[in-house]
Amino acid sequence: MDLSAISPALLLASLMIGATPLLLAALGELVVERAGVLNLGVEGMMILGAICGFAMAVETGSPPLGFLAGAVGGALLSLVFAVLTQIFLANQVATGLALTLFGLGLSSLLGQGYVGIKPPSTARLDLGPLSDIPLLGRAFFSHDWMVYLSLFLTLATWFFLSRTRAGLKLRAIGENHEAAHALGLHVVAIRFAAIAFGGAMAGLGGAYLSLVRVPQWTEGMTAGAGWIALAIVVFASWRPGRVLLGAYLFGGVTVLQLNLQAAGSALPVEYLSMSPYVVTILVLVLISARRSRGTAAPASLGKPFHAVS
Amino acid sequence: MLRRTLLGAAATTLALSTGAFAQDEPTKVGFVYVGPVGDGGWTYEHEQGRLAVEEAFGDQVETVFQESVPEGADAERVMTQMALSGADLIFTTSFGYMDPTINVAQKFPDVKFEHATGYKTADNVANYSARFYEGRMVQGHIAGKMTETNKIGYIASFPIPEVIRGINASFLAAKAVNPDVEFNVVWAFTWFDPAKESDAARALIEQGADVILQHTDSTAPQAAAADAGDVITFGQASDMSEYAPMPRVSSIIDNWGPYYVERVGQVMEGTWEPHSIWYGIDEGMVKIGEISDAVPEEVKAEALAMRDAIAAGELHPFTGPINRQDGTEWLAEGETADDGTLLGMDFYVEGLTGDIPN
Repeated sequence: MDLSAISPALLLASLMIGATPLLLAALGELVVERAGVLNLGVEGMMILGAICGFAMAVETGSPPLGFLAGAVGGALLSLVFAVLTQIFLANQVATGLALTLFGLGLSSLLGQGYVGIKPPSTARLDLGPLSDIPLLGRAFFSHDWMVYLSLFLTLATWFFLSRTRAGLKLRAIGENHEAAHALGLHVVAIRFAAIAFGGAMAGLGGAYLSLVRVPQWTEGMTAGAGWIALAIVVFASWRPGRVLLGAYLFGGVTVLQLNLQAAGSALPVEYLSMSPYVVTILVLVLISARRSRGTAAPASLGKPFHAVS
Repeated sequence: MLRRTLLGAAATTLALSTGAFAQDEPTKVGFVYVGPVGDGGWTYEHEQGRLAVEEAFGDQVETVFQESVPEGADAERVMTQMALSGADLIFTTSFGYMDPTINVAQKFPDVKFEHATGYKTADNVANYSARFYEGRMVQGHIAGKMTETNKIGYIASFPIPEVIRGINASFLAAKAVNPDVEFNVVWAFTWFDPAKESDAARALIEQGADVILQHTDSTAPQAAAADAGDVITFGQASDMSEYAPMPRVSSIIDNWGPYYVERVGQVMEGTWEPHSIWYGIDEGMVKIGEISDAVPEEVKAEALAMRDAIAAGELHPFTGPINRQDGTEWLAEGETADDGTLLGMDFYVEGLTGDIPN
């Protein structure tokens, strides 16, 4: 085994890139679920964001416009879900699953003309002297701006949920929508906003896959990333900080195990291959189990809401 | 209860109608795919085969397909569905569909099944595969000649004989022209996951590989190599010519169309028989994609000569002396591998490092 072949700086750098799509999608879903809505269509919104972002970036030559288009695409798709579940009170689980299938189909239709094209490259954020620090510079301070935006959004989500009045309202609706409604909160309107935010974030995550991480458009390219994002939200017990940890653990161990394999590690490949799932679940469950205060899930999660008065 | 009766009635009607109107109704052919038809690799080529069938028979044939079908219980459901809806012939196009195909075939003795790259057959199940390892030998030769770091990265999918054969064949060919060559194999445990395939390619490149061979289905490793610069790749299953001339310098193309057309024709004529075939470069099921200008002229000429020699039966990728990884003898001087051993290959040849996961 030749572990010296693995460069820690490059490893950390690919870890951050690998984790970003998951982090974005999981953060979005976290807000949706904190508002009491279960949207299982993350995979569908991600892949639609991937093709919308890719197509826009290729057509305009501008990655920022591409990311914007990815977010808009994901948000528009999520509004289909919002209308069906919040206005027509359709079953959230079934609608979410349908959304995934619809997103996969729609994206391959939209993507017909974009196979085999190279997208414009996303600019690295110039952090000046920070990028020149040995090791740390390459690992943490030489990424594209989306990586830093995703970290900022984690912080912003945490702040919004736990430190603002609007965040408190959103959480109240997620815990007990009947009571929130009695207090005069606009349950449906706030849930619409949360669902759209979730869609936009999933779309951003998808666009990051097709514009930076792979980078290309291929049908079905999310290959289950949306489901992993959903799982991370649950194992992170609906907290932004733990979602960050979960996404980085999963992304990190995935990249690490591939590197270990490439370096000819003596560890059996079967164990390496399952390690991202095992490590992520184990760590997050242990953290969440430390102080058991009943279930962390929002109490109204997935329940339909119909204002009677 | 009512539902069951209805289903039974529907099945009877279906059986009657297919019997009575066999002459007039188009032959229905189903295809089960492991990835999306737009993967640019494996499934894309099977889809080309389906289109060739439609082209050849026009109105006489009706085709249906289902993409991204997981290997396992889901596959059985999809095949059962196709058989129930009147398919006469079903192509199941991935190794992992082998047992599901056999199971479903037992329930529908009147439906013909064709399973790709497996080894089981039955009265109504044929097995077909291509000798991809012949193409792997040509790739290995080019890779061994062109690598400067002497490190070749290999993105493998699942530890099944087909994949192991490919690793062995390309390694032997590379080693023959470059004794210092080293293979780093990464098992992705997926046929199709662009992000993971791309990560695997990047990990290999970061550790010094300047040639990436892949046995997964998407073009993501090609994109990762293009991003990295000075790295060469080979198209897998499909030409992947959108990445030519660099990084993709050549490819193995799976050409299923002629076989599919032939077998559908036999079902129409009633001459279909189960068999187990394994076609290579000679029969045209394996093709070597155009070798790009990034490859030096003489290497290109050698590779083409090698391809022709394999097609003519003068050259076999597994010709002794070859030892197994543990040093025991597998093939003596001048001996060539028999198909039985190749079909069940579960060992590395001498010189490869690492273990095959099981």
